[in-house]
Amino acid sequence: MRSLGILLGATALVAATSAGATELEVTHWWTSGGEAAAVSELAKAFNASGDVWVDGAIAGSGGVARPIMISRIIGGDPMGATQFNHGRQAEELVEAGLMQDLTDVADAQGWKDIIHPSSLLEACTLDGKIYCAPVNIHSWQWLWLSNAAFEKAGVAVPTNWDEFVAAAPALEAQGIIPLAVGQQSWQTSGAFNVLMVSLAGKDIFLQVYDEKNAEVAAGPDVARVFKAADDARKMSAKSSVQDWNQATNLVITGQAGGQIMGDWAQGEFQVANQVAGEDYTCLPGLGVNEIISTGGDAFYFPKLNDAEKTEAQKRLAALLVTPEVQVGFNLKKGSLPIRGDVDLAAANDCMKKGLDILAKGNVIPDPNQLMSPDSIGQINDLFVEFFNDASITPEDAQARFAEIVGNAD
Amino acid sequence: MADVLTASRDAQAARFEGPHGPRPRNAFSRRNIFIYGTLILVALYYLLPLYVMVVTSLKGMPEIRMGNIFSPPIEVTFEPWVKAWAEACTGLNCDGLSRGFWNSVRITVPSVAVSIAIASVNGYALANWKFKGADIFFTILIVGAFIPYQVMIYPIVILLREIGLYGSLTGLVIVHSIFGMPILTLLFRNYFASVPEELFKAARVDGAGFWGIYFQIMLPMSLPIFVVAMILQVTGIWNDFLFGVIYTKPDLYPMTVQLNNIVNSVQGVKEYNVNMAATLLTGLVPLVIYFVSGKLFVRGIAAGAVKG
Amino acid sequence: MGGVGVATSDRPINLFRNMTAKVAAIPMILTVLFVFVGGTVWTVTYSFTSSKLLPKLKFVGLDQYERLWSTNRWIISIENLFIYGICSLIFSFVIGFVLAALMDQKIRFENTFRTIILYPFALSFIVTGLVWQWILNPEFGVQNIVRSLGWTGFVFDPLYNADIVIYGILIAGLWQGTGLIMVLMLAGLRGIDEDVWKAARVDGIPAWKTYLFIVIPMMRPVFVTTLVIIASGIVRVYDLVVAQTSGGPGIASEVPAKYVYDYMFQSQNLGQGFAASTMMLLAVAIVVIPWAYLEFGGRKRG
Repeated sequence: MRSLGILLGATALVAATSAGATELEVTHWWTSGGEAAAVSELAKAFNASGDVWVDGAIAGSGGVARPIMISRIIGGDPMGATQFNHGRQAEELVEAGLMQDLTDVADAQGWKDIIHPSSLLEACTLDGKIYCAPVNIHSWQWLWLSNAAFEKAGVAVPTNWDEFVAAAPALEAQGIIPLAVGQQSWQTSGAFNVLMVSLAGKDIFLQVYDEKNAEVAAGPDVARVFKAADDARKMSAKSSVQDWNQATNLVITGQAGGQIMGDWAQGEFQVANQVAGEDYTCLPGLGVNEIISTGGDAFYFPKLNDAEKTEAQKRLAALLVTPEVQVGFNLKKGSLPIRGDVDLAAANDCMKKGLDILAKGNVIPDPNQLMSPDSIGQINDLFVEFFNDASITPEDAQARFAEIVGNAD
Repeated sequence: MADVLTASRDAQAARFEGPHGPRPRNAFSRRNIFIYGTLILVALYYLLPLYVMVVTSLKGMPEIRMGNIFSPPIEVTFEPWVKAWAEACTGLNCDGLSRGFWNSVRITVPSVAVSIAIASVNGYALANWKFKGADIFFTILIVGAFIPYQVMIYPIVILLREIGLYGSLTGLVIVHSIFGMPILTLLFRNYFASVPEELFKAARVDGAGFWGIYFQIMLPMSLPIFVVAMILQVTGIWNDFLFGVIYTKPDLYPMTVQLNNIVNSVQGVKEYNVNMAATLLTGLVPLVIYFVSGKLFVRGIAAGAVKG
Repeated sequence: MGGVGVATSDRPINLFRNMTAKVAAIPMILTVLFVFVGGTVWTVTYSFTSSKLLPKLKFVGLDQYERLWSTNRWIISIENLFIYGICSLIFSFVIGFVLAALMDQKIRFENTFRTIILYPFALSFIVTGLVWQWILNPEFGVQNIVRSLGWTGFVFDPLYNADIVIYGILIAGLWQGTGLIMVLMLAGLRGIDEDVWKAARVDGIPAWKTYLFIVIPMMRPVFVTTLVIIASGIVRVYDLVVAQTSGGPGIASEVPAKYVYDYMFQSQNLGQGFAASTMMLLAVAIVVIPWAYLEFGGRKRG
């Protein structure tokens, strides 16, 4: 009955909306607790500005949602706006001329000057034209630790990766899983990339992912990273959850010592009413090398035949970048804003650490911005296999990794 | 003509009425204990998951965390059901499965009707009016039953775009008809092939044509096979997620899309009780159809659907 | 019986003779030509290209196939499908037949038993996968129960053990599908003339021998339909794996259909996905086409 009411309401709305308010269907895969809270900020702002946000959430992370989004765009019946990750996921759709050019909006608002770091805007640019509106920066390089778990094990909360590895036996003795890792493949490769940036440094990371240098990938620096990945594999052997937020939940409840996960994990701590520094500890760059990557999400606007909707798309694009929306959205999402000039006084300790690193410019691009989804997929496959099959030696895995890097595009 | 028809129908009905195994001797014979014992054990195995689903859906989360999925609920709560039906959120839409229920009906009814209509005519033409090349088409159709759906997603997106039906209910009905066609056509062809030849010949002598025979003779005596086809299609289409989500738009999304959203969007802790309630609610329509028409289903299959 | 009358017995060379039948079959002909044949040709063609997100005719020869066959995940997918397929075929037939034979013993409550065994078929694979994932979960499910009964060393975690995970999926698959097979077999048994049984009893042939040497050969048509239904389900197995394990642990329960889907849409490498689907189509074609033609065409029905 209720859905019928909504349906009727919606039709009535369409009938009465020739002036001003336009409905725009927005698809995304933000469905975890923190994510849903964040996206409602966007919807509220858009509705307040006089238009109507029609929510098209599809659960199951990008893997389930992206094929649906792409099919609809190719099928010629697209949504009004859609989330993608920064980077190369929508590259070909832009090239095929299926996406709305936002250059006039960007120029009017001066995106070139306000969006920081500029690599975010570059990822949206093709042939000098801008095709997407970045909404947040997500960095991967965080180690989340449960203070309660370490207290129970009787060791101090680690301040870096090595201390964490050293504390693992004490945790295990108490029946605590040292490292929580979800089974989805992107989580394992993500954790590995974090180890690479943090333990081998920015240069090595860029040589592997940007220059696709197979020699470096097979070299001694990366070998050390594989050694660490081997440690991580042993520490996570008992972790059998699927989703990233279930893994985070293990940390929140003290069943696991820590988790390597992007800053979106913070939203979950927040929903669980935990306080940074008291209930949990965050170590950017694993406490070794404070560098963060600047991946994140952006909205793309497929070309529509309806002039009114096109205007509404541009209004939404402009809105997403405004300071108020940036603050409201990112506080809930646990991500960093895409502009350096907003006031995030309400941010918690962990976010402030992130903002600090961002201000210092210790940033690297996200692998999603450097490699094609195909190569990323291969790397995901490799690491999910590595993390689950103790018979693969770090050396074997490294050789296969180097081969993928050598063939990557 | 009418006599022949009734006579044959009676004969058919009589033939498939009862079991044919050897007659049972005494109620507590070793044989009976073996048969019933096995069947009861098997039935328990098949019922176990349903039991787990029902029991879990009636528990609160604290009870579930205690761990035993097989124990009956200490305190029965219907809240998970209410939540699954009307409150569970995906993104900003917090109206649970109710949002998709009518869409599922709107999709299932025409899809089942159209796909069965097409397949029954196919089967009839293949069985009784063989034309040149019919065997080749039929062979390809059977091979088509083996093609994974995933392979066909893009070609069909493009096909529907070209005929201007992408994103519409009509487009989705066509997709369901296409993928239901191989197995249904096989069933109908086999069924119609088992209709006594004399009937068909008599009708031809009376001057009835292709459609005349189809509507006046074949249809009236094919209720069982239509029931079989209907059950198979209702199950398949009602449970479909992939086509529903790829070939339509949000205001037409079937219930399974919400089910996926509920099951896959974890808000903090996985709410197993809500998941199970949502699962049961989604499966309710095909389940009810099975329980109501299960007898006809077996009769229908027995009455020729599987005869080669 | 069968392919009756007019058309087969005295077929004249007349294009319009069966015109109505041809017109009526247009939807089928269009589907076969445009979807099954057209889609297949399209898929095969693009498997020789380097298409990424959008289909593009940039030919790269056999590159996609070389990569496919050097990918560990594909090899594992094939192996899994093989194991799953063989086991699923054997168990479906055996369990289905045995249950049907038991049901056919003039038992009481036949309807109840039949409904219980058939109902899982009404549930989708997603649902099936979800429930069994839970029952097989070592922390909640069977293992936990047995341990709490005192047998603390008991280990039963098929979905978390890479060596046996595919059998964990098989358990769920059989639970969902055997009911239908049982009904098909039961229908076949009911189609056997009572006289056959009488004759066998008069001759003093034991029941098991009657089943094995008389009844089963007579049920050949039923077996054919059943085979098509089971085998097509095996090749397409996807949802069940996604719902139960997402291919894990690691890549231990990957299947070909999932490889195709993941490469086409997640990795945005259509060429690779099409190459994998072409291999699947090829395997199906080699096995199914000759058989289907012999079975359904080529010879007169009788």
